[in-house]
Amino acid sequence: MSDALVNSLNSIVAATTPLVIASIGETITERAGVINLSLNGSILLAAMAGFAAAQTSNSVIIGIGVAAMIGAAVALIIAFAAIELRRDQVAIGFVLTILTADLATFLGKPYVNIPGPRIPNMPIPLLSDIPVVGRIFFDHDLMVYFSFALVLMSWYWMFHTRYGLALRAVGENPQAAFARGTKVNYQRYIYTIIGGALVGVAGAAYSLSVKAGWFANAPMDGDGWIALAIVIFGGWHPFRVILGAYLFAALRRIVADLQSTVDFPLVLLNTLPWILMILTLMMVSSGTLERLTRLLPARLQRQFRNVLRSDPPAAIGTRFDKN
Amino acid sequence: MRERLIRLGFTSGALILALGVTALLISMFDHSPIDVLETAWDGAFKDGRRFSAVVNFWIPLTLASIGLVVTFTAGLWNIGIEGQMIIGAVCASWAGLYFEAPSVILIPTCILLGAIGGMLWGMLAGLLKLRFGVHEIFGGVALNFIAANIAIYFISGPWQPPEGGSAQSTPPFQAAATLPRISDDLQFNLLFLLITIGAIIAIGLLLMFTRWGLTLRAVGKNAQSALLLGVRTERVTLSAFMVCGALGGIAGAHRVLQAYSSLRPSPAGGIGFLALLVVLLISFRAWWVPFIAFALAAIIAGSTRVKTLLQLDQSLAGVLQGLIVLTILIFNGLADRLTRKDHHE
Repeated sequence: MSDALVNSLNSIVAATTPLVIASIGETITERAGVINLSLNGSILLAAMAGFAAAQTSNSVIIGIGVAAMIGAAVALIIAFAAIELRRDQVAIGFVLTILTADLATFLGKPYVNIPGPRIPNMPIPLLSDIPVVGRIFFDHDLMVYFSFALVLMSWYWMFHTRYGLALRAVGENPQAAFARGTKVNYQRYIYTIIGGALVGVAGAAYSLSVKAGWFANAPMDGDGWIALAIVIFGGWHPFRVILGAYLFAALRRIVADLQSTVDFPLVLLNTLPWILMILTLMMVSSGTLERLTRLLPARLQRQFRNVLRSDPPAAIGTRFDKN
Repeated sequence: MRERLIRLGFTSGALILALGVTALLISMFDHSPIDVLETAWDGAFKDGRRFSAVVNFWIPLTLASIGLVVTFTAGLWNIGIEGQMIIGAVCASWAGLYFEAPSVILIPTCILLGAIGGMLWGMLAGLLKLRFGVHEIFGGVALNFIAANIAIYFISGPWQPPEGGSAQSTPPFQAAATLPRISDDLQFNLLFLLITIGAIIAIGLLLMFTRWGLTLRAVGKNAQSALLLGVRTERVTLSAFMVCGALGGIAGAHRVLQAYSSLRPSPAGGIGFLALLVVLLISFRAWWVPFIAFALAAIIAGSTRVKTLLQLDQSLAGVLQGLIVLTILIFNGLADRLTRKDHHE
């Protein structure tokens, strides 16, 4: 493989990391039956606050911590309003996405375009020496490795522990979960807050890892919505979610590279991620994937059932009352 | 009676909290909240000209909000309203730039083209939902970004000024596209004002008294049973998107004709999203739209003055508006909880 291609794949992995972390966070939240629609704004506010905190304290750890707390706090508002106050999750999430984006612009003013710390690059010894693969996946900063670990951990937690079973039950059939002794609303609080904290970390990944700093026209504006779509494309399964995020980022990169060779107005190329988003959602809901699954032998079908499903958690966005 | 008092108390509490938090944020930037309030009030109400600025925000905000009452009644989250405004603005701009006609023909043409553009863009979101199963929130968000880029494409490409594109604006519209104002003091357009008031009344009455309104509500409450009862839900859904899109398109036409007299990037300027907040705040009741829209329009108009005089970023308006809506939704929930308990006991 040519060096240029390997370098380009390396930078795709780096640039997609926040999208992976945010999508996994939202996957966890939605698996518990709660929708956090505030992603786009939460990411902006967390990115701004994370950078501001890291810049002031000169510590990226503090920056990431602050960003995580902001994401968790926004998620807590949604969980509280949905569970205790019976508000519509989508409405609260939408108001929050607008509010947090404006807060990020307003509070971030003093931090626009100033230099600040960045998470240092840390090639993993041995692994990064593997030809091609080493450079693509193991020559990054800790945030990128965290995203890999996160995908594995969340998959293991969801499908191979009894806690994960409870998590899925709460999102699929809360009545049954309750009958089996699971504290439905308690679980929803926990996973909404964890998912929100991850969304916050994703914000920090933008402003402390991908491109250090805070800018007037935040380059990550819009990615929160893409992350929400990737969760759907990913069928609420961590492996498919990360695959979806990389595919999406790769296509976006190809399109951006094409612009130098093809004579086509640049601004119209900017619409392609969104056309892509519509097309992927069309594909998911048309059942193409399910038809493909049916071509597999029965045994494999059963094994890949979790990866290949495309229905949302059955109780998503609904309320659970004990009485 | 007691329940009403509780609700009033909670709503005032929500407003006080939202204002308090905003005041705190302002003090963080070393400004006096009282100064800001005074400046904003002057900016919105000091004289006829400033008040006109409020009306000129109120018109598109109300048009978009009243459109959203229709889609929300049908149970649809038309987040794509911002894009419908932008496409309306682009279509109106074409006429403003190139359709040579006297004012009496040109301005209605701009409005009509804006309505058609917005309607088609709204229809697209509806078709994506109905035919291809793309939820209107995601279809709408994507269509918003696509619409924004289409506007930028025209500004920096085919419609760029002869002296070269700066990607900031098209050349100014023809003189005939200038909206006549009521007077030197009242600088807003009578035709648009009448269209807006007409839209409030028409949509309010249509929703209350016609079969269409009834079916919209039926679909919004329970699409499945409406279908079983013989309502053609797909048609109803599509009509809601189209009506809302058309009203949004007219709002977009107003933005380019009134505010800039040229097409600029993001002509909708977040007014579509603000309209969503308006409608969430009033739980989709048409008659409340003009009042809430007026309050939020005054906040925007005031914030322009705050920006020029005190150098506080204009996003402050969005922060205050967002906080008001969030606190009111949450405090309404608290009041519900409280009054619900009363009923149990």
